Amino acid sequence: MRIILRSLAILALLAEASHAKPLTYELPAETATLRPGPDMETAQNNCTSCHSVDYIDTQPRRRGKEFWEAEVKKMIKSYHAPISDADAKTIADYLATTY
Amino acid sequence: MNRRSLLKGMGDAVAGAALANVMSSFGARAQGVTTLPFANGDRPLVRYPGKRALIQLTARPPQLETPFSVFNEGVITPNDAFFVRYHLSDIPLSIDPEAFRLEVKGKVDRPLSLSLADLKTGFEPVEFVAVHQCTGNSRGFVEPRVAGGQLGHGAMGNARWRGVPLKAVLDRAGVQAGSRQVTLNGLDRPALPETPDFVKALDLDHARDGEVMIAYAMNGEDLPWLNGFPLRLVVPGYYGTYWVKHLNEITVIDHSFDGYWMASAYRMPDNDCACTEPGRPATATVPVRRFNVRSFITNLADGAKIKAGAPTQVRGIAFDGGYGIADVLLSQDGGRNWSEARLGSDLGRYSFREWRIELRLPAGAHELKVRAINRIGQSQPMTPLWNPPGYMRNVVETVRVVAA
Repeated sequence: MRIILRSLAILALLAEASHAKPLTYELPAETATLRPGPDMETAQNNCTSCHSVDYIDTQPRRRGKEFWEAEVKKMIKSYHAPISDADAKTIADYLATTY
Repeated sequence: MNRRSLLKGMGDAVAGAALANVMSSFGARAQGVTTLPFANGDRPLVRYPGKRALIQLTARPPQLETPFSVFNEGVITPNDAFFVRYHLSDIPLSIDPEAFRLEVKGKVDRPLSLSLADLKTGFEPVEFVAVHQCTGNSRGFVEPRVAGGQLGHGAMGNARWRGVPLKAVLDRAGVQAGSRQVTLNGLDRPALPETPDFVKALDLDHARDGEVMIAYAMNGEDLPWLNGFPLRLVVPGYYGTYWVKHLNEITVIDHSFDGYWMASAYRMPDNDCACTEPGRPATATVPVRRFNVRSFITNLADGAKIKAGAPTQVRGIAFDGGYGIADVLLSQDGGRNWSEARLGSDLGRYSFREWRIELRLPAGAHELKVRAINRIGQSQPMTPLWNPPGYMRNVVETVRVVAA
């Protein structure tokens, strides 16, 4: 009996070793939201496919249109975000007005 | 209220009623808020698995800053307080340490596929203490303000790293004649396949200097998940951009790598000060390299009140790009006169160096300034240098105190 139990224990250990489970990590939920403003949905739909909106919210405030146009352009040119010209303009306007 | 005194009042368990309203807007996991001392500096303190409550810059991908008070706890930054910086949002959330392999390929005689066990048992381990610092650390203080991660001073840390020299792995693979660079890639991926993957490059001489390390442990434990588990590159003395996390692919190439993260990002003005006139673009740029010299007072927050005429201990940390700190000077009169601080124990030329000095301050307001000098005479500017991406800030820091 004892031998059988020991064998079972060894088998269990072997099974564990050969089927080692991957380790996993759980990120806390994302909580930041965009500030309400005209055409917020366009920003919501485009920006959040790649990043949380605290990226926007933590930028210095009231930097104006040039600042936000440059940011939207960087997303398109450098990171290849598929944003149409019309949406790019709408998003830059929303950001410049709201932030 | 300034940042450090606010943080001091905010232990993990502390969630004062006065903060409750602000906290609720940051969500359930928030452990409070802190305010970094620049405009729009409110940040949630959030606890991630394996981390204490850290200053959250962004959630996806995670970017977490170390509360500055941690740097006064000791010269080594604890793993659970160490800052986190990702670029791309598809970060690994499941890793099988048994199945994980580090591939070494490209212009090599013998491509390798190394398990963690191979690395831990098949090579002579090396260990050293080194500062890790984000290139954009302190960007939030840059004036005029620039776009990018608006960080306080907490995107830095000092740890004891253990691993295998990159040189040993490259030697085993056999680098072919005519090779020029090594590219380094990790498990993190962009959200969109069109976005350039985060890949960095080192010149072959640098990669084979015997110091650049493939690290598997930090402060005596496995790397924390968010700091690159199970392997990360450690490039002592160099900005954090090269310290690729979740490292799983090393490729030897016979040309100069022109990927986005080398050719366009993490580049500094190509001049002696790595600076431009504020607001102006650089005419030419090069990839960032070694840390410049920095020093901080860690035990007195801006606005601290001290006893007039009584001995006051001032202490802090200093570091540089790997030549080693030679002197730390402290001024109690806004920079007119300087006194030499005593240096603490030397944990190696890549480590934070502790320093301390005793002052007696007459009644009144005083500006304490700290300035470090390294062994090749490099120091810190009295007024901030500026560059368009807000990199490499290292101005002499000032702490205002009142003696009464």
